[in-house]
Amino acid sequence: MAETGVPFRVLPRLDDRNRAFWTGGAQGELRFWRCQACGYYVHPPQPICPECLSKDLAVEAVSGRATLATYTVNHQPWMPGPELPYVVGIVEIVEQPSVRLMTNIVNCPHDELEIGMPLRVVFEHHEDPDGDVYLPLFEPDGDR
Amino acid sequence: MTRDPNEIIERRACISGVGQSDVGRRLGRDPLELTLDACLAAIEHAGLTRADIDGVSTYPGPTGPPPGFSGAGAYQVIDALRLDCNWYDSGLETSGQLGSVIKACLAVAAGLANHVVCFRSVWEGSAQGDKGRAAVMPGGGEGGAFKASGYMEWFLPFSAPSAAVWIAMYAQAHFARYGTTKEQLGWVALNARRNAQLNPKAIYRDPMTMDDYLSSRVISTPFSLYDCDAPCDGATAVVVSRVDRARDLRNPPLRVEAVGTALHDRTSWDQPRDLTQMANRDAGKMLWTRTDLKPSDVQLAELYDGFSFITLSWLESLGFCGLGESGPFVEGGHRIARDGELPLNTNGGQLSGGRLHGYGFLHEAAVQMWGQAGDRQVAGPPEVAVVAAGGGNTCGCLLLTRDR
Repeated sequence: MAETGVPFRVLPRLDDRNRAFWTGGAQGELRFWRCQACGYYVHPPQPICPECLSKDLAVEAVSGRATLATYTVNHQPWMPGPELPYVVGIVEIVEQPSVRLMTNIVNCPHDELEIGMPLRVVFEHHEDPDGDVYLPLFEPDGDR
Repeated sequence: MTRDPNEIIERRACISGVGQSDVGRRLGRDPLELTLDACLAAIEHAGLTRADIDGVSTYPGPTGPPPGFSGAGAYQVIDALRLDCNWYDSGLETSGQLGSVIKACLAVAAGLANHVVCFRSVWEGSAQGDKGRAAVMPGGGEGGAFKASGYMEWFLPFSAPSAAVWIAMYAQAHFARYGTTKEQLGWVALNARRNAQLNPKAIYRDPMTMDDYLSSRVISTPFSLYDCDAPCDGATAVVVSRVDRARDLRNPPLRVEAVGTALHDRTSWDQPRDLTQMANRDAGKMLWTRTDLKPSDVQLAELYDGFSFITLSWLESLGFCGLGESGPFVEGGHRIARDGELPLNTNGGQLSGGRLHGYGFLHEAAVQMWGQAGDRQVAGPPEVAVVAAGGGNTCGCLLLTRDR
C-alpha cells in the first residue's frame, strides 16, 4: 500500500528495461538509458540507440531539470488517484528536449502554469510488493 | 502531380454501398448482431448479396480492454454470414479507423478480392453503463494489483488514462502558440449539434448555444463535455469494390481518388516533435501528393471529431487553411455550415452523432454524395469529398469522387 498521504496510483510493471527509470528516485536521481557511442538519451527504453543503432547503452542520471512543453488541468475522475483537479503535463528534460515525459505538475497554482516554465523533478514514493516505485513528478524550479 | 496515375492504385477501388445498424446511447443489444445488421445493410445497399462478398476488413478486430471498443472481429462476421473470403484483415496498428478501408482498397486493386465488406462496431455506451468513463478505464477498479505496461506504462501512473487528457494537451499547445480560443473550439461542437438535429440516429439532438457549450462541465482543460464525443452503441459498414465490378451496381461508384496513410513521427502520444500537430499532418500532406485535385475542389468534409480539436487539426493538415488558422476558419460557423463553402460533419460528427469511431464519417460522405442524406442533404450533391479519421498517432484519410 502507498504510504499515508500518497494518492492511489496505477504503478508500472517493472522489468529490466524500465526499472532504472522508475526506481532512481530512491537515490533522488532521474535516470535514463544513454547511448555510450553517441550520447543520445533513449526514452522510452529500447534495446538499440535510434540515432546511431549502437547497442552500447548504459543508465545515467540527469539533472532533473525540465521545461513544461504543454499541460492540462484535469477535472474528470477517470480513476482513483490525486485530488481533483490535477495537472497533467508533458515536460522536456534540459539535457535533451526530445526526451519527453508525461507527468503531473505539482506545487504550482494552476493560474501560474505556463508553457516554457522551468521545472525540477520531485519523486512520489510508492511502496509495493512487486518493488517500490518512485514516480517522477515536476514542480516549478524557482532557482532558474 | 508528377506521378503516373496508374501508380495510384487506390483509384481501382470505390465505395459501392454503406449500411448502419441502430445507433443509441445504450442499446443493450448483442454487438455482433449490430455488426451483422450493418454489414447486411451495406451489402444490400450496394445491390449485392453475401455470395458476392469475397473480402472482409475491420478495425480493430478482437481486442482486450477497454470493454465496448470492439463489437466483433473479422472471423466472427465471416463465420456468422458463412462468407467465402479470398482476403480478410483486421488490426489496430494502422492509419486510423479508416486504415481498414484503405487496406480493402488495396486488396481489391491488387485483385485479391472483388467486393470487401468493411466494418467498425462499438458498444462503449452499454459497456460504460451508468458509471461513465471510469467504468472502462484500465486498472482503476483493481486496486494496486494491476500494473501498467506497454505504452500505457508512461501515462497511467500519472492518472492520465484517456485520450481526452492527451489531446487536451495538444489543444493547449495550439492555444498557446496560435491564440486559438475556447469559443473557436466551440464552433466545431455547435456545428455538429446543428447538423445532428437533422440526423434521426444522432445521440444529442437538442439545440445547443455557445453559452450551453461554454458552461458545460470541464473535463480536462481546454476541453469541456461537448468537446468530447458521445460514447454509444452501433455498427457501420461499407462495401469496397473494384471499380470494374461496380459499374452496374445500384449506386454510382464513389471512386477513391487518393488516400493518405503516412506517419513520420514518434508513435507514442507524448512524443511527437511538435505538440500542436499529430500524424494527420503526414497523412493529409500525403493525400495531396496522389491527386491533381486541390483542397479548393472539395465540396464536403467529414473530419474526425473524437475531440473538437482534432477537427481543427484535420482542417490544417488537409490544407483547408494554414497552420494555426483553423480557429478563425471555423469561427462563426458559417463557412462550415451545410450551406457554407465547406460543409463539415453534416451528420453531427461523433460529438453529437455518437462515437461510431471513424466509419460514421465515411458513411455520411457516401450518403451525401449519393443524394441520400434526407433532411440534412447538402446542395449538389457533392462530387468531391474528403473523409478523415483518427488522431494522435493513428490517422488516415480518403478523397472520394463520384462518377456521374
